[in-house]
Amino acid sequence: MLWKTADYSGWGRVHTAHGEIARPERASTLARIMEEAPAPAFGNRRSYGDSPLNDGGRAIDMTRMDKVLGFDPDTGVVEAEAGIRLGELMRLFAPRGWTPAVVPGTGFCTLGGAIANDVHGKNHHVAGSFGEHVISVALFANGKRVTVSPGHNKAQFRATMGGIGQTGVILSAKIQMKPCPGTAMRVTERRLNDWDEQIDALEASTASYAVSWIDAQARGARMGRGILEEAELSDMRLPSRAKPKSVPFNVGLFSNGLFARAFNEGYLRRIPEAGKTSDKPMEDFFFPLDKVHGVTKLYGKAGFHQFQCVVPTDKTDVLRDMMMKISRSGLASPLVVLKRMGPGRAGMLSFPMEGYTLAIDFPNRAKAKKLIAELEAMTAEAAGRLYLAKDSLASGEMIRGMYPEWSEWAQQAAKADPDGALVNDMVRRLELRSAT
Amino acid sequence: MNETWIILGATSSMARAFGRAVAERGATVYLAGRDMEDLKGSAADLEARGAAKAQAVKFDARDAATFAPIIAAAEGEEGLIHAAVFVGSMPEQSEVDKDPGLIDGTVQESFTGPARFLQMLAPVIEARAGGTVVGVGSVAGDRGRLSNYVYGSAKAGFHTYLAGLRNRLNRAGGHVVTVKPGFVDTAMTWGIEGMFLVADPADVAGDILKAVEKKKNTIYTPFFWRIIMTIIKSVPEPIFKKLSI
Repeated sequence: MLWKTADYSGWGRVHTAHGEIARPERASTLARIMEEAPAPAFGNRRSYGDSPLNDGGRAIDMTRMDKVLGFDPDTGVVEAEAGIRLGELMRLFAPRGWTPAVVPGTGFCTLGGAIANDVHGKNHHVAGSFGEHVISVALFANGKRVTVSPGHNKAQFRATMGGIGQTGVILSAKIQMKPCPGTAMRVTERRLNDWDEQIDALEASTASYAVSWIDAQARGARMGRGILEEAELSDMRLPSRAKPKSVPFNVGLFSNGLFARAFNEGYLRRIPEAGKTSDKPMEDFFFPLDKVHGVTKLYGKAGFHQFQCVVPTDKTDVLRDMMMKISRSGLASPLVVLKRMGPGRAGMLSFPMEGYTLAIDFPNRAKAKKLIAELEAMTAEAAGRLYLAKDSLASGEMIRGMYPEWSEWAQQAAKADPDGALVNDMVRRLELRSAT
Repeated sequence: MNETWIILGATSSMARAFGRAVAERGATVYLAGRDMEDLKGSAADLEARGAAKAQAVKFDARDAATFAPIIAAAEGEEGLIHAAVFVGSMPEQSEVDKDPGLIDGTVQESFTGPARFLQMLAPVIEARAGGTVVGVGSVAGDRGRLSNYVYGSAKAGFHTYLAGLRNRLNRAGGHVVTVKPGFVDTAMTWGIEGMFLVADPADVAGDILKAVEKKKNTIYTPFFWRIIMTIIKSVPEPIFKKLSI
């Protein structure tokens, strides 16, 4: 059968949808769907909120459209269908000297999803966003196939990068990978004792990959303590060591403050006082949680939210206030990331801005929602931005105010998809295409 | 050492996954099927994944004229020639009840077409003193059941053919693996009610390749289907004929 009726959700499992899903395996099937009954597409649904959903309508699951269409070993240019996982590109090509220039924290992110969210990685301050390495994209919208690139249909290209699928279903893309001498990373980790050390260390870091973990349960003088992780590509060849593990049922450990405090203490002590340098397989460095299947079950049945904001470099005091609020609440899970961002962004709705980005998971509870609303307001106040790939709670007015090119983007989306066939639940919730 | 695989029915997701697995070992692959556009895409995919060469070739189980050119092309390759058969069609039993003429096509695609192809390939395997045939059957071929006995009987015929071919090729150094998959998460089973324990095509492909390396005769994939089918086969016919499973 072409259409299957199912209940599905995004990664955070807070928003859910019910509707018909097609999962084409061939270009001819996909083309037929797009001609007869165009619908929004999704990949592996690693976005946390409602951007992969179309409640009550139809949607296209792109994960079986995952062919590599061409690879040039001399230039590192690869063209592939939208449903291929970035982790798969890394697995296939890193042993041959090329790796995607930008990857987010999960290798399950598809090529199409990486474009539709203009994702960033641990090297954003150096390499910019994913979209800056995209050479061209093939889209299907309004009954026809178009190719967009920075030199051709430039406005539609810029509306596509980070444009959550509203300028056409992403069929395939050509990207420039970057050379890698091996399949491993040389990683240096060291403990940071408080917030000021965090900011100073990230500011001073000259590493190509740099990201900090924060113990969001630590208060008082230790508030903001954590681990700075810096890395460079290594010429070692290491296969992934991590053994697949799985979380069998909704256990809710990460929603438990006592567990989070104990976990964080142990996690911090993993790194000796003097720091530690080691070689890690690329996959284990970039995608640390991918081997834990069902990791979101650690938040229990109600699901969870990830709050991710970026604020300008001169607003670190606001981030500090946020961190204080968070640590006092005791609500944060152990998954907390702080990173310095560069200016790199490829699209009109791209998230990055030069400054600092903070990402924190919260269990889906009334108290957490209230805290997130406060954090969102502080972000807006600081002229910062919230990330569409993570958001499930913000108001449309707030989001639209954070993206100065929003109305230009909305025009491009309307031009490419005049019937609104590609509108998804997030676009509806935030009125991204209906507000004026 | 150079290995060449002819994959019949290469547009299916199970075949695609198997093609990728042999491509990563550096094999030469002939992708045979009807949707040439899709096969050409797959050929590019396999070459990018490490295949020495991958080529799309026209194959229609209902048109025997398409068989010989494929075998001739593969014979141009050095080393052993292997074949993996993923073709088959499964019309709804209710459709067959309405139009008994559907039986002919089902049997041709699931049994006689591929059997005829393999019959033509057998001398090549014998001449080169080696080569493996993978024949994908189905648990549905283990016992005739109300819900799809036409498809099941075609696969049962194919299983018996494969057993005989194994007997023949064994003498010349060749081998035949009979694969009986349970429910696999493919376009064919997408949205069908009552599916359970559905396997990922990539896992099935991994099981098949392992069976090829270990020269297994018959495998069930996932493995637990052997237990399920042992139970189903052991139900006495006087009782079985009253069941609807």
